[in-house]
Amino acid sequence: MIDLRVRERPDLRPTAAAAASNGQTDIVLMARGLSFWYGDTQVLDGIEIDVPGRQVTAIIGPSGCGKSTFLRCFNRMNELVPGTRVEGAVVFGGRQINDRAVDPVEVRRRIGMVFQKPNPFPKSIYDNVAYGPRVNGFRGSMDDIVESSLRRAALWNEVKDDLKKSGLALSGGQQQRLCIARALAVEPDVLLMDEPCSALDPIATTRIEDLIRELCEQLTIVIVTHNMQQAARVSDRTAFFTVTDAGCGILVEHSETQKLFTSPADERTEAYITGRFG
Amino acid sequence: MKETAEPPPALGAALTPRKRRAVTERFFQLLFFTCAAVSVLTTAGIVITLLGETIQFFGEVPVLDFLTGTRWTPLFASQHFGVLPLVNGTIAVALVAISVAVPVGLLTAIFLSEYASVRLRSVVKPILEVLAGIPTVVYGYFALLFVTPILRGVFPQTQIFNVASAGIVMGFMILPMMASISEDALRAVPRDLREGAYALGATRLEVVTRVVVPGALSGVLAAVILSVSRAIGETMIVAIAAGLQPRMGFDLLSSMETMTAYIVQVSLGDTPQDTIEFSTIFAVGTLLFVMTFVMNVLSDFFVRRYREAYE
Ligand SMILES: Nc1ncnc2c1ncn2[C@@H]1O[C@H](COP(=O)(O)OP(=O)(O)OP(=O)(O)O)[C@@H](O)[C@H]1O
Ligand SMILES: [Mg+2]
Repeated sequence: MIDLRVRERPDLRPTAAAAASNGQTDIVLMARGLSFWYGDTQVLDGIEIDVPGRQVTAIIGPSGCGKSTFLRCFNRMNELVPGTRVEGAVVFGGRQINDRAVDPVEVRRRIGMVFQKPNPFPKSIYDNVAYGPRVNGFRGSMDDIVESSLRRAALWNEVKDDLKKSGLALSGGQQQRLCIARALAVEPDVLLMDEPCSALDPIATTRIEDLIRELCEQLTIVIVTHNMQQAARVSDRTAFFTVTDAGCGILVEHSETQKLFTSPADERTEAYITGRFG
Repeated sequence: MKETAEPPPALGAALTPRKRRAVTERFFQLLFFTCAAVSVLTTAGIVITLLGETIQFFGEVPVLDFLTGTRWTPLFASQHFGVLPLVNGTIAVALVAISVAVPVGLLTAIFLSEYASVRLRSVVKPILEVLAGIPTVVYGYFALLFVTPILRGVFPQTQIFNVASAGIVMGFMILPMMASISEDALRAVPRDLREGAYALGATRLEVVTRVVVPGALSGVLAAVILSVSRAIGETMIVAIAAGLQPRMGFDLLSSMETMTAYIVQVSLGDTPQDTIEFSTIFAVGTLLFVMTFVMNVLSDFFVRRYREAYE
């Protein structure tokens, strides 16, 4: 495979100096005044959020309030949709990443994503996991990275005897864990998850939730969920988004999960978590 | 559940009386059936005529001689009925056409489906359709009067009628079909898969080469097979630009006769009907029919495979 990329690849890792001057070394991701448009329709307005490292941050809110759109700002996936526009800053490890000078490919390598519907490639389990390392020019033992990624995604024991089997031949829950393994194989610092359990049954959901708790010891997780119990179960912090009458998503409240669910500061949050919101 | 057990009488009264609807219903059913029957009968008629004449022909010429002979001289005093030179010519032209149409068509399809903006696409697509709408006789003269002189400029030994010129121009004739079927196949690859690859840090080129094209492979293969089938059956361009000399070998700068060109030559010539010379065209026609039929069945098989793949 010839690499045709002729692009500057700035190092996104925060320098020690930057981290020190920052003071708050544990904030991995930040959004500052983040607004977003699909064509002329604004769907996010002035989002400000700090995401601490090695924790799980949940994003909840009514359907259509822009949770997915917001999540996809972090790995610049929205750029793939023609006619979109971002204002404000997304900061990762002290560096603004929604900037022309920053290669989105590099951003996505460092900030992985798991989607709502499991989307394994129509390839073998092995090739699914090896895809990321391969496109990122990984040199080393592919077998090792495939095995360790599958182990981290708690899938190894179920598939180790047949890694040549198609990823599509797995159950929904296994497919989603395969997608998590695939994301982990690139060794990202952050994992974005957009309703990763919404297509799964309760048992598969529990397995993924357990996995999220294990993974957050090594990386930072931001998860969008419709399920408030799930947010309460898996997250350390929760952000509540809502949608204004103009159809624009805003961040209402962001605090420790326990606090948000037991003593919300905003009445809109309270209305939502007690089920008084449509 | 209890309330719905007996519908209110007003609902029943609103229904159209069955009888009138039934008559129109039957009329259209009959109309559709007749139209479908016409095309089925036509096909059957063609196949039966073709087969009948072919069987007669093989009463006089052994099938094996026909299929394995390398000399085709039915119109000369010393008659030989080996069809291989015609098959050779057909394959030679088709190969040239395919080596133009497949790469250019596939790259066009990739460009349209993965790279072009909506606006650019809305310009390129109609141009391709125009290309597809040009009558083949125009392509034929384009090959003879424009491409051949250029070839002769580069390779002086090029004959006036030659395989290369006809094949190249035929490639451009097939290109729109190749591009449009491949594009459909590429577009059928779910967005989920592309996003999954992008999210792993793949570049656009990597997404295209390692997810989209492999995902669309059976559709692309179907397009290739249909293109081959089209190239084998194409008549006008070869009759005008490739010449009428049955010849073995792959000297692309020389003249060769294809199966279709031979059929045109005999049907337009002064060969008397009811002679063995004349009935050769039915044998050649049957062979041509079998070849394109097999191609179409194959491509159907691949199309069905890629439709199933993502459902
Ligand atoms: N590709 C798109 N083009 C145009 N508008 C879009 C697009 N994707 C989303 N939108 C709109 O942007 C708004 C936010 O959508 P988004 O998917 O981010 O909401 P969400 O909070 O994730 O909803 P859900 O909980 O249903 O997943 C919605 O009004 C939606 O209609
Ligand atoms: Mg969503």
